[in-house]
Parts: sequence; C-alpha cells; structure tokens
Amino acid sequence: MTDDDSGSSESDDRGDSGIDYFRRNRSGQFDRLPETEGDRMVEGRPSREAVVDWWVDRFAVPEDTFADYTLWEKGKGKVWALPYDLEGPVPVEALGLKLLRTRQEHWKPTTDAVQRFGRAAEQNVVVLEEDRARRFLAGDDQELDWDGDWGYLVVAHELAGGVEPIGVGLYTYGELTSMVPKGRRRDL
Amino acid sequence: MDALARYEPIIPEFDAFLEACERHLPTTVRVNSIKATRDRVVDALEAEGIDVYGRDWNSDVLGVATGKPGKTWPYVHGWIHGQEEVSAVPPAILDPQPGEVVWDSCAAPGGKTTQIAAAMDDEGLVVANDDNLGRLSALRANCDRLGVTSAAVTNTDARRATLDPFPGVDAFDRALVDAPCTCEGTVRKNADALEGAGASASRNLAALQSDILERAIELTREGGTVVYSTCTFAPEENEAVVDDALADGDCRLLEFDTGLESSPGITEWNDETYDDSLTKTRRYYPHQNDTGGFFAAKLEVTA
Repeated sequence: MTDDDSGSSESDDRGDSGIDYFRRNRSGQFDRLPETEGDRMVEGRPSREAVVDWWVDRFAVPEDTFADYTLWEKGKGKVWALPYDLEGPVPVEALGLKLLRTRQEHWKPTTDAVQRFGRAAEQNVVVLEEDRARRFLAGDDQELDWDGDWGYLVVAHELAGGVEPIGVGLYTYGELTSMVPKGRRRDL
Repeated sequence: MDALARYEPIIPEFDAFLEACERHLPTTVRVNSIKATRDRVVDALEAEGIDVYGRDWNSDVLGVATGKPGKTWPYVHGWIHGQEEVSAVPPAILDPQPGEVVWDSCAAPGGKTTQIAAAMDDEGLVVANDDNLGRLSALRANCDRLGVTSAAVTNTDARRATLDPFPGVDAFDRALVDAPCTCEGTVRKNADALEGAGASASRNLAALQSDILERAIELTREGGTVVYSTCTFAPEENEAVVDDALADGDCRLLEFDTGLESSPGITEWNDETYDDSLTKTRRYYPHQNDTGGFFAAKLEVTA
C-alpha cells in the first residue's frame, strides 16, 4: 500500500445538469472542502473542520497548522492543502500537497504531509534509532515496543540536532509496518 | 565540439571555453529552505562523511563531494535538491515574493519550480505547467519530496495556456519561460548534447520559444516580470527570441546582476542585428563560473 495518486476509475459525469451535478464527487477536478458537516453538499466528502480536527486529535499538531491553507478533494477521499484562496472547482493535475486519504475507516496521512507538517507533532510520534530508521526507510517491517495508540504513527529519527519525520508507520500487534512508498524507499 | 565552432566570434577566451566544456561538471545541490536551513544540511551531509563547499553568489547552492547526493538523509527528507548551479539563476532573477501568483511555463522536472516556491516561503500560487505527460511525474515527485504546497500542476501546451482553471486569478505577477532548447550548455553533463545542434536546429525551435514567451507576456500583469532563459549558446534561441518579443512592444528589458560572472547579450549575429537593449541580457559560460552554459533575460511587462 502506498500513497501514490493512482487516480480513479470513476466516470466523468459532466453531462449531468442541475443541482445533482454539484452533489457528486468528480475525479478530474479539485473541489473545496465544505467548512463543516452542515455545509456539506457532496455525500461522503469530509469537512475542513473534520480534517483539521483529525490532525490535531491524532498527532497534536498546533490547531492553526492549516489556518493559511484551503483544503481540497480530488478523487474519492484524497485531501490536498494549498496556501492560496481560490474558488473551485479547479481542473488541474495537482493542487498543493496531498495531506491524507479519507472516506475509509482509518484515515491515512501521506508521507509528504508527515514530512512537511509532522515536525510539530507531539503525539503518536515514534523516534527510531539510526539502524532502525534505515530499515524503516528501506521498507522493512520491524517489532516495536510501543505502549501508545495503534494505527498510523509519525516515524522520525534524530538528524542534525532535531527530530525529523521520515514517514508513516502502521503500528499493530507489536509490529511497525513501513508505509514508505516504493519509489521513496532507499538503502542508505 | 564542432557544433560550438560557430560561436568563436562571440565567446570571450574561446579556448578556455572549449576546455571547460570538456571538463566534468561539479556536483551541486540546492538547499530547500521550505524544509531545512543551510546549517542543518551541512551538518547532516558532513555527518555522512560528505565534504561540502559553499558558492559565493548564492548561499543555498552547495558543492558536494559525492556523485550520489540522492543516497543521503538530507535528500530523503527533501532538504536538498540536486540542481546544476547555473540552473538556479533564472528563479533568482525572477525574484518572486510570498503571496504572488507565478507561472512556470515549462516546469518539468521542477528544480526551478521548487526554487520559486521556496523563494516565496511556499506562500501563494505557483502554476507549474509542462506539456509532456511523462516529465510531469518527475515534476510532481519533486514538488512532493520537497514539501511544496504552493504549486498547481497543469499539463497544457504553454503557447495556448489560459488562466481559466483558476477562477478569480486575472493575471500572473511573474512568469518564467525556461524554454525547450538545443541544450548545448549541458554538454558537460551529457556528451551527446551537441548531437543535432546547429543553426538550423536552433531556428526550428525559435518559433516555439517565441510563441511561449509571447504567451507569458500576455498572461502577466502590467508591471509584472517575465524571465526568459535557455541552456544553450545559440543566439537564434536567445537574443533573437527576446528581440522578437521587444518588437511586439509590450515589454522592455531590465538589467540584473546575480553575482555570477557573465557576459552581456549580443546585438549582432551573422547578418542580423538586435535591439541595443539586448546587452541587458546575460550569457553564462562554462569557463566563467565552472558551471554549465546559460542565457537569461529579465523583462518588465509594460502593457
């Protein structure tokens, strides 16, 4: 499992007209997230509030982490952040940085988002020793003595005087599974 | 090197130039200020046993004593981007500011796009376009690894690009046209670069280059900045293209100084003459700064 954007096979339903057109999620464009659940027009689409709360609840990042960003959905459940205020829809290949995948039981952050915003995380962060960090980067799974939450963790190591996130790990049953996408794995 | 012989009348110290073109290019990286500081990058590279040396003109460009900077922690974290030193020049000339809307018309693989975003503190909107779908994946991958949030990636022919995908955006504040070219200036990293190069190949590309530059000027607001650059020595792709844009009347050339040694653009080539202001453009030769070759022009949009 990687967080590559493999696109979606949903059909393009531009032929629709009327309010139903706006109530569907379409794969070829970016749509702004509604501010709250109450503002939601498209079924299943997460609200901005829910996405921000998820980062705060899961990783204890500062509540204003995404204050200067507009949030967008493209494809089913993939949420992107852009530091610019635009009205949607925006029919482009990529719009900002992909933050996470929603619309499934366990929301999953991307490697890119964890590297970009995870430095400020204060919860569900595991800091690995150097040899374990290298194995994680190579894509190896490893046993982990961890008494925190199960699920997706920010996996980090010490580098040049600070703790630096490498990517996302999935912790279950005493094991840490590397979620580093295949194209980003390295043997250092 | 035969393809370079025609430049003997215009390149100073021509023998030193040819000699430099035969030498291998030093490996350089650019510090990605979105994710790291120069000090942390230097610390982390030196901890991996890699010697690092600074370059005077730009504190974010570092020479590294390894052929494989991609196999280091700073690369994995997106703290550095492997980028030839002279290719960091056009974004420096463009000088984009936080919050602006900037067009990178021929953006893949994204070294300059990500440098533009970093110069803007990753605040605003960088529309990174490329017409080649294959190269678009490299552009996206570089933006992702470097943690760029401010880029919108588009896949259109730059000659026919519009602002339609971006409701509410009326014009770009700045635009970079780092045009497709014969790439003669990359001969130090790619010995095949001169195959097929020559006056006729250059003339064939000039129409495309002119059309993209013209489109960039049209899409940029009055008072905005357009930078035109190539990695070739051919006047047909450089001064002649900018001269065309000046003749259309909606822009003027500005002087600039990057801190790197360079030569002024030329105003005569074979049977052609160009506007006198073409001396405000700059030519970067391999023997001047131990880099690849480059050409850059800075234009102000006047209408």
